[in-house]
Amino acid sequence: MIRAAAILLTWAVLSAQAAAETVVAGLSRDAISITTNFEGSEILIFGAVSRTAPPPPDSELHVIVTVEGPPRPVTVRRKARRFGIWVNTDAIEVDAAPTFYAVASTAGFATVMTATEDLRRRVSIPTAIRAVGTNVGDQDSFIQALVRIRTAAELYQFNEGGVTLRDQTLFDTSIRLPANLVEGDYRTRIFLTRDGEVIDALSQNITVRKVGLERWIYNLAHDQPLAYGILSLAIAIAAGWLASAVFRYLRG
Amino acid sequence: MQIYLPIAEVSVNAFLLLGLGGIVGVLSGMFGVGGGFLMTPLLFFIGIPPAVAVATEANQIVASSFSGVLAHLRRKTVDLRMGTVLLVGGLVGAAIGVQIFAALTRIGQVDLLVRLSYVVFLGIIGSLMFVESVRAIQRARANPEAVPAPRRQRGWIDALPFKMRFRTSGLYISVIPPLLVGFFVGVLAAIMGVGGGFVMVPAMIYLLGMPTKVVVGTSLFQIIFVTGFATLMHATTNFTVDMVLAVLLLVGGVLGAQIGARIGVYLKAEQLRVLLAIMVLAVCGKLAFDLLVMPSELYSLGTPGAAH
Repeated sequence: MIRAAAILLTWAVLSAQAAAETVVAGLSRDAISITTNFEGSEILIFGAVSRTAPPPPDSELHVIVTVEGPPRPVTVRRKARRFGIWVNTDAIEVDAAPTFYAVASTAGFATVMTATEDLRRRVSIPTAIRAVGTNVGDQDSFIQALVRIRTAAELYQFNEGGVTLRDQTLFDTSIRLPANLVEGDYRTRIFLTRDGEVIDALSQNITVRKVGLERWIYNLAHDQPLAYGILSLAIAIAAGWLASAVFRYLRG
Repeated sequence: MQIYLPIAEVSVNAFLLLGLGGIVGVLSGMFGVGGGFLMTPLLFFIGIPPAVAVATEANQIVASSFSGVLAHLRRKTVDLRMGTVLLVGGLVGAAIGVQIFAALTRIGQVDLLVRLSYVVFLGIIGSLMFVESVRAIQRARANPEAVPAPRRQRGWIDALPFKMRFRTSGLYISVIPPLLVGFFVGVLAAIMGVGGGFVMVPAMIYLLGMPTKVVVGTSLFQIIFVTGFATLMHATTNFTVDMVLAVLLLVGGVLGAQIGARIGVYLKAEQLRVLLAIMVLAVCGKLAFDLLVMPSELYSLGTPGAAH
């Protein structure tokens, strides 16, 4: 334990010396509560670049911010015409696709990060989706469809130029989380790049939780489904009885 | 006002749901149907996942049927013995229906099955009702004194064994046809998220030969138990009953039903049936159109593995 800490500390000191530019960042909030009237949320991610030396004059500094929701397996199905009607025919299983994924950068993605770095760190949307070992030939079109459908639902956001960088030092961006969020830890990553190579990165979590009534109902439905079912029926029967009683009273 | 549904995990406008519940409630009050066959497709249209729409609608029907059956019990227009026989068939049907539903959810065809069931049943019932009520209107115009057509003979049904006496309905018939009708409606209730009144009522009148005055009450009586059972099965098998959604629909539905019942008084029975038939056919047409026309998005997303 102590040795591990010592190694970590040494590594931290060494890496701080190695990197001339490091990122310091903050989030406008580190926890989001899904309440009954949750309408989505906007998070502001801001920070600064701290330097031990003057910035290199011949290259430009870029910032990439990603927010990633908990990954979940997903089935992508494709419809085809069979006997005159449109039915689901082919399907692929994606092992883990983020339920939410937003990428914002200071400029066009090709400028701010090389393809190799992107693959290594899984930054752009397609690389963040892990799909291996499927046997359908045109897997790519299924992945594209997944990205297209989630982009239309604002669950995937690709915002080139969405990060503002001032004086090569201060940066900020805001990312909108839609109302239909899944619970879990949302990982926020910030990358500093020069010439498409990452020079520093930072990761921080935002916790998204259902609270209050939402939490209670969801837990009850999954932990005690029978009790939940009986309660649903009791509410329905009580409402039916109440309606009948009230209107009989009004008529009589 | 947006409201986040904890089980459906989508955010919808609460007033839209109250309004939908209200409109369907008005129609159900006017026509004496549960309204599930209208509400479930409407829930699909506003983006509630089909699995949640079907399970939650079953829960809502419990409320509206319970409210209705109390009135019928007071009027003594419920054949409890017939209702119990229908119910036995219905519970078996609902149990099998929920299993079919869960199995199809796993292989990704539940949408298709639910939509196809709707197109087929709404199409058949809507057309029959339309033709029948237009003829009734024509007959009434041609000869206002005309008596309704006599009931058809039920030859083969009378020949079946296990006869039982149903005093309230004034019938002495085999229990097999009611068991089968109950079973069939139970399967429909679980798969389509409907009470099945729109199938049950014609079946009771034309197949079982029950007197019209006890049909609606008896149908409601057994629907409470079948949809109640379907709700429990969906809650424990598929975890798809959304309590918040159900409550919003209930409130609108209960208020609408009372308003509808008052509007209904001013219309003639045949006119009501024509309007209902047109509405049923419109819903059917929209669903059929979606199946036949190439969708704008060929791909869809689902959760692998378990039905939930």
